[in-house]
Amino acid sequence: MTPTLRKIGREWLWGYTAFFAVLLYLPSACIMLFSFNSGIHIKFPLDSFTFDWYRALAANDSLLEAAGNSFRVGFVAASAATVIGVLGGFALVRYRLRGGKAITGLSIMPLLIPSIILGISLLVLLRVIGVGNSLIAITIGHVIFCTPLSVSIMISRFVDLDRTLEEAALDLGAREVGTFLQITLPLSASAIASAFILCFLTSFDEFVIAFFLAGTKSTLPLYIWGQLRFPQKLPEILALGSCVLVGSLILVMLGEVLRMKRATPQ
Amino acid sequence: MTSGQGTLWKRYALVTPLCVTTILTVLVSLALILALSFQTVDVVKLFTSLTTDAYVENLGRPLFWRLLGRSIVIALAVTAVTLLLAYPAAYFISFKAGRMKNALLIVVSAPFFTSYLLRIFGWKIILGYNGILNALLVDSHIIAEPLQTLVYRPSTVVVALAHAYLAFAILPIYVALDRIDRSLIEAASDLGARPHNNFLRITLPLSMPGVISAALLIFVPTVGDYITPTLIGGPDGSMVANLIQSAFGKANDWPAGSAMSVATIMAVALPLVAIYGLHHQLKERRLTKSGEAAAA
Repeated sequence: MTPTLRKIGREWLWGYTAFFAVLLYLPSACIMLFSFNSGIHIKFPLDSFTFDWYRALAANDSLLEAAGNSFRVGFVAASAATVIGVLGGFALVRYRLRGGKAITGLSIMPLLIPSIILGISLLVLLRVIGVGNSLIAITIGHVIFCTPLSVSIMISRFVDLDRTLEEAALDLGAREVGTFLQITLPLSASAIASAFILCFLTSFDEFVIAFFLAGTKSTLPLYIWGQLRFPQKLPEILALGSCVLVGSLILVMLGEVLRMKRATPQ
Repeated sequence: MTSGQGTLWKRYALVTPLCVTTILTVLVSLALILALSFQTVDVVKLFTSLTTDAYVENLGRPLFWRLLGRSIVIALAVTAVTLLLAYPAAYFISFKAGRMKNALLIVVSAPFFTSYLLRIFGWKIILGYNGILNALLVDSHIIAEPLQTLVYRPSTVVVALAHAYLAFAILPIYVALDRIDRSLIEAASDLGARPHNNFLRITLPLSMPGVISAALLIFVPTVGDYITPTLIGGPDGSMVANLIQSAFGKANDWPAGSAMSVATIMAVALPLVAIYGLHHQLKERRLTKSGEAAAA
């Protein structure tokens, strides 16, 4: 290939990737655009610019309650999934446990089942063990749904982590628990934070499992789903959606930056 | 680290919560679905006898097979479209992006973690009768009347689902591409291979593990997707998840929903697991072969 052709090839890929990135944000951008439109209908030309729909959000009690529920469920589910992921990932990487490879492979099982089937089967399981539909049931479902993510983030961090630091501590007489708490955990702090953030967002967004396990109290995606039926509620949902999209975008970028940060001592 | 017998159980204790949440709970709840699928709706008779009624009644209906078939076709189309669109972007980020690599990777993968429900709903705003696309087409006098047919069709479901999984598909493909030893490609170039040969005979085959795991992680959830067909599928875009949901919801016939779930899992998961296992076997055989060749 001549240099000019190669240059065209390179620029074609550049252009394609830029187009790809724009395409990814297109539906979200449309939601944000119409959230500032004063008219109730989605049509061009836009009516006038307004913040009214955002003001209405702050006065909507059932929305605020659903948002609060989502924050609580997300916080608890992400905390539990992160702890499980840190402990399990550490043991799988550091100790050659019998069956460890099988456990690593099978731990993504919740992602290999369509979530509607995961949702109904958890519904049946929780009924059998006597947990009724509630926010607690949703939290349990989300721990199961989020753990594959946290364990995969932690496994790749522990694989990258320089083992000589841990070995040095052990050689100098530190106990295994002390080494884990004082060497391993601080060196993995960015990955742990990233696992927590990404699990929180996964839970905060999750709809199908929550749909089957919800009792009288709903989470934010369930609230949004319920409101989509009413055309006159649309602008408010678009404003809410814009807040959720911007907030989660900021969090996910933080989470990804932390995930990519290399495990090097200061 | 030494592994004394005393500490062994402690080490297993560390993975126990992981095994319980991700493996045991899922297996037990799937087993319960299987058990429930052989029961009757009658609560009094629950778990006292076995019956295949739920299978006979629901799997005997052509409706179930039509929707399952449509779900599989839609999921295959979504998987193919997503992989084809994501691969060049993943390739660019891994091979050509230079210092922009991490920043680009974050930009293209971030949308996956932002509300799925809202991203799908965004397509309704774009493609709906009063949507953005119709408004633009009418305003620019390309068409006189808004098109009725943009939304509520199976093809709309494919577009929205493929779009939803693009941000996700890029990650496993990127990881596989980034692992490729660049000296292999340099060596081939030094020996006179053309760039497209390099790509077809080195880069593409070595990135296949990433492509296959991306395909699995797209295909499985899209077959059972509920949000997209419900929001923008319309009557012709219903998928198997809609049937399962109505059995557990309105109809309140859990055995029926369980039987359809079991059939869906069988129809979808088993062939996939077989393909995945075969792929692993092939890979290992290839590795041992090249190892033998190197030894000889």
